[in-house]
Amino acid sequence: MAKLYNESIPERVTPLGPKDDTVKFLLNFSKALSVMKIKNMTFETLNN
Amino acid sequence: MKLENTTTDAVLVTQYLKGEESSLEVLITRHKQRIYSFIYSKVLDRDVTEDIFQDTFIKVIRTLRRGKYNEEGKFLPWVMRIAHNLVIDHFRRNKRMPKFSSSNSDFDIFDVISNGQESTENEMISLQVQQDVKKLIEELPDDQKEVLIMRMYKDMSFKEIAESTDVSINTALGRMRYALINLRKVIDKHNIILTN
Repeated sequence: MAKLYNESIPERVTPLGPKDDTVKFLLNFSKALSVMKIKNMTFETLNN
Repeated sequence: MKLENTTTDAVLVTQYLKGEESSLEVLITRHKQRIYSFIYSKVLDRDVTEDIFQDTFIKVIRTLRRGKYNEEGKFLPWVMRIAHNLVIDHFRRNKRMPKFSSSNSDFDIFDVISNGQESTENEMISLQVQQDVKKLIEELPDDQKEVLIMRMYKDMSFKEIAESTDVSINTALGRMRYALINLRKVIDKHNIILTN
C-alpha cells in the first residue's frame, strides 16, 4: 500500500494567447494616452 | 494584410510614433503568442500571465510614446526583456506575499492562512521521512550502509571514506552507487513515496 506524505498533481494548461479584451484594452490605452513634453518634464494624460 | 506581414518591426514602430495606431495592433498581433507563452512558461498561471502581458505592453506603449526607445532593429528582444523583468517583479512580490494553490477545486482557507501549526506539521512530516529513510538504510548490506552513512550523515569526502574503510576511492564510490540503487529498489518494491 502506498505511503503518501504529500501529493500534488499540477494542472496542465496549454497557453492560448492573450484574451481579445486584453489586446483591445491595450489599443484603447494607446489611443487614450497623450504625452506632452514641456522643457525637461514629460506629462502623461489619459483621455477617455 | 500583405503589408502587415511584410512590414518590419522597425517600420511599424516608426509608423506608430507618427500616429499610426494600427501599426501597434500589427506589432501586438505579430508577437502576442510568443510573449504570452514566454510569460506563461515562467508563472504557469493564466490570470497572472494576462496581467503581466498587459503590463508589458503598457510599458512598451509608454516608453515608445515618451520617445525613450532606441530602435536597433530589436523590438521583440526588447519587449521580451520587459516581460522578463515584470516576471521577476511578480516573483519578488509573491515572495513577500506567498500564494498557495490547491490541486483540488475546493477552496480551503487553511491552505492560504499560514500559522505556527503549519510549520510544525511540515517538521513532523520531515521527521517521519527521515525516520523512514533510516529504517530503509538499515536494510542495506553493511559495507554499503557504512559508506552511505559516512557520506550523507557525517558529510565525509569519498577520499576520507576510502581511508577510513581501507578501500580504494573507486570501491567507496561503487558501494555508494549500489547503496542508492538498492534504496531505490526497496522504495519501488514497497511503493513508498518519500516527499517533503
